[in-house]
Amino acid sequence: MPAAELTNPAALPADWRDILALTKPRVMSLVVFSGLCGLLVAPLVLPVVLGFTAILCIALGAGACGALNQWYEADIDAKMRRTSKRPLPAGRMDRQSALHFGVGLAFFSVLLMGLATNWLAAALLASSILFYVVVYTIWLKPRTAQNIVIGGAAGAFPPLIGWVAATGHVAALPLLLFAIIFLWTPPHFWALSLFVRSDYAAAGIPMLPVVAGISNTRRQIFLYSLVMTAAALAPWLLGLSGPVYGASAAVLSFVFVVLAARVLGNRATEPAQMGPEKKLFAYSVFYLFALFTVLVADRWLAS
Amino acid sequence: MNKDGELEIIRKRQRERARIFGWLLGAFVVLIFFITIAKTGMNW
Repeated sequence: MPAAELTNPAALPADWRDILALTKPRVMSLVVFSGLCGLLVAPLVLPVVLGFTAILCIALGAGACGALNQWYEADIDAKMRRTSKRPLPAGRMDRQSALHFGVGLAFFSVLLMGLATNWLAAALLASSILFYVVVYTIWLKPRTAQNIVIGGAAGAFPPLIGWVAATGHVAALPLLLFAIIFLWTPPHFWALSLFVRSDYAAAGIPMLPVVAGISNTRRQIFLYSLVMTAAALAPWLLGLSGPVYGASAAVLSFVFVVLAARVLGNRATEPAQMGPEKKLFAYSVFYLFALFTVLVADRWLAS
Repeated sequence: MNKDGELEIIRKRQRERARIFGWLLGAFVVLIFFITIAKTGMNW
């Protein structure tokens, strides 16, 4: 008997699939991957169970961010086609349950991280959750077109947390990994926001294409891709990684810049004609996975 | 939908959730056990 037939589905105990959807599993996969890379490139090797726990805590922290984001943005999600099927706007869950789940998961992940690895890693995890929920979701996102620029820091924490979980201290390489993700986030999200900008406009979110226009956003995407390329090459230029990483980062970043240049040259205003933007968005996900994989492979080859 | 139908859905979901949370709790206990072993071995 489908729950949708009920008079008030939100009054039911939430289905476990909806609880899982609250954690944004697809976003979590990239967070887990970058956290794992931070852990694997660290010079100290943790026992497997502690490494697994560190990654689990990063995943749970990301899940808490997803749940608290959906709790706060339930009204906005209801206005956007892309997000209207989520458990809260679709009425399959009540907001209070999402809030309790998110806060509980956040506390649990930080506590477990501290007990299993070290309290600096736990503090960084707590900071990233607070930054994502308070600074990005509540403060910046509804107020400024630079929301994704500053908010990108929240998504850049995982490799730093992974490294600190293994070593207990901060170093130059994880800070560069932080910088790469921080500078990768704007072109990645602005490419997406170009072809779903009507959704953002309908929800009243001041994303760059809505506030500053399409051509300005394309210019910003191109400029950020150049700066991101410099950050991606920095580990090799500073002698923190080998030539395998350097050559791969150069090729991967060159393709990124070429795709960003195509976005810059595109004059289309209709989402259906935004092929270059869709290609850049898809490639940007591959780019980050490939870049971090090569970095780990390079470090292992060197050792 | 009648009252019995609604009650049946509520009970089914409660059973499903109880089973999943039971497994998660068990996995957590096992994880804590291995964390303790690993940390003892590392002399932390």
